[in-house]
Amino acid sequence: MIGFLGLRLLRAALTIVLVVSFAFIVLRLSGDPAMTIMSPEAPPEAIAAFRTAWGLDRPVWEQYFSYFGAILQGELGQSMRDGRPAMAVVLERIPATLMLTIPALIVKVGIGVPAGVFAALYRNSWIDRLVMALAVAGFTVPSFVLGLILVLIFAVSLGWLPSGGQDSWRNIILPVITMSLGGAGVLARFTRSAMLEVLGQPYIRTATAKGVPWAAVVRGHALPNAAIPTVTIVGFMVGTLIAGAVVVESVFSWPGVGRLLVVAVANRDLAIVQCILLLVAVTMVTANFIVDLLYGVLDPRLRGTASTGAH
Amino acid sequence: MPAFGVQSSVMENLISIRGLTVAFDGVPALRGIDLDVQPGEAVGLVGESGCGKSVTWLAALGLLPGHAAVGGSVRLGGQELLGAPAQTLDKVRGGRVAMIFQDPASALNPVIRVGRQVEEALRLHRGLTGAAARAEARRLFEQVGIPDPAGRLNSFAHEMSGGQNQRVMIAMALAGRPDLLIADEPTTALDATIQAQILDLLRRVQQDHGMALVLISHDLGVVADLCSKVGVMYAGRMIEDGSADQIFQSPSHPYTRGLLAALPEMIGPRRRLEAIQGAVPNPADMPPGCAFAPRCTQAGSDCDAGTPNLRRVAGGHRAACLRIAA
Repeated sequence: MIGFLGLRLLRAALTIVLVVSFAFIVLRLSGDPAMTIMSPEAPPEAIAAFRTAWGLDRPVWEQYFSYFGAILQGELGQSMRDGRPAMAVVLERIPATLMLTIPALIVKVGIGVPAGVFAALYRNSWIDRLVMALAVAGFTVPSFVLGLILVLIFAVSLGWLPSGGQDSWRNIILPVITMSLGGAGVLARFTRSAMLEVLGQPYIRTATAKGVPWAAVVRGHALPNAAIPTVTIVGFMVGTLIAGAVVVESVFSWPGVGRLLVVAVANRDLAIVQCILLLVAVTMVTANFIVDLLYGVLDPRLRGTASTGAH
Repeated sequence: MPAFGVQSSVMENLISIRGLTVAFDGVPALRGIDLDVQPGEAVGLVGESGCGKSVTWLAALGLLPGHAAVGGSVRLGGQELLGAPAQTLDKVRGGRVAMIFQDPASALNPVIRVGRQVEEALRLHRGLTGAAARAEARRLFEQVGIPDPAGRLNSFAHEMSGGQNQRVMIAMALAGRPDLLIADEPTTALDATIQAQILDLLRRVQQDHGMALVLISHDLGVVADLCSKVGVMYAGRMIEDGSADQIFQSPSHPYTRGLLAALPEMIGPRRRLEAIQGAVPNPADMPPGCAFAPRCTQAGSDCDAGTPNLRRVAGGHRAACLRIAA
């Protein structure tokens, strides 16, 4: 188990290093922040001074290593826009984002998993067909389209709900619905196929043959097995809690991390973008790590292989 | 017409199957099975894969998937099982009729400890919970010869061998104190030495508990070893039945004779084993008369006229073939 954990942690760290390096390279190659921030009409001395101040005049590899050294010391640089520490700028946006993404995750799981289970239990019936049709609709309609349609109907036409702002709990309803329907559809499909796979297994027939009532077969024998593939998808969704709301935050002008990212990219505010990417990488990797641990809890067959690190 | 087994005894039948038919999406898999099992007797069902041996018992216990159309009658001590309410079937399954399957490793739930799976049956059929259920599960593990029974209660199926898993399945089957145990190819997935141990165990628990046993197998040797009565199935019908001696000493149906000729003999001169020519007919496209006629060396045009019924060969021995002198 220790070896397994060590290997996992090493891989997680490597993933984060790669993400941060990739972000560094792409951002440095895609345009000169001094020109974007200072504007091309600025006097050349001002631009040179900006470059010196932010270390942009040094060789790229030197910038890379000093950037990494700074990250290791917890120093993520300052926003090039207003000079505040990048981490502080990003962190103050996180509560607003979580206010949308956590309820959205609950709705995704709360609708997607039961819908998938029922679709599997009533396979080929009208329930199954209805659930699958809704699921496909849910994840094929892009969230910016769905968001605009919901705004048109519930905010503009009916006037029931606000289209933006964040002054009451009513403000989160439309963005949360917009964000969750696609995920609920994906989860419903995955849960359905996981359940169908499990319901066809010989141990389900064994449980029925020993007199376990069908509802208890589903609850006690099928669901624990079907949870294993479903947890993978939920884990992926947990990984997107921090920055999974880029589009929806833009549509509903919600002041979260997603919108900060869009603005920072447009402004070439390197420190902010890198800080957000680092956070995204860390949450994604952490979520995957937790999923790996959960596999061991849910499936005893993986505990043996886990201890050798072969999994 | 009396069904298989009725003639040989005056005892009341434990379970009585009459005219059992099963079709999957309109394609017939069972075409009218009559079969009786009496208390405490051991009955063997033999035949090739797909002949309907397992489907007969899955249908009888309502274990087939929803798209299977089941007809006929299955009576257990006077109670009709086909179409019975779910609560009735849940009491019968595991409580009066238990079933064990071919591949014990996949027949046990991979994420639940085997002890808990046995305790579940004890709770359902004998109302035992907690420490009492644990103690009884342990006793059952001992009885079926699982070494370190107390420790093994906490194992998962993947941590044990195929033979051990089949012993767990047998312990689970015994948990409900059933009157009948259906063993569906119980040794097919196991090594030869383990096969013999499991068959010994089945024989022992059958005698100790006075249960009836139905052994489904394509292995004639296994059936000859354990069963006093044998039914031979082909393409969804019973084509010969009788006592084990009658079937193995003087087989009447050309198919049964073919099966026995395909077995090597342990004594006597070496001979070339005879295979039955051809293949089992497609259930969706059955021959007009006797289903075996296309592969039968004795078939004539009269065999295509209609499906032959079981006819008496000798006391309690019947075969469904026109070539048997009446």
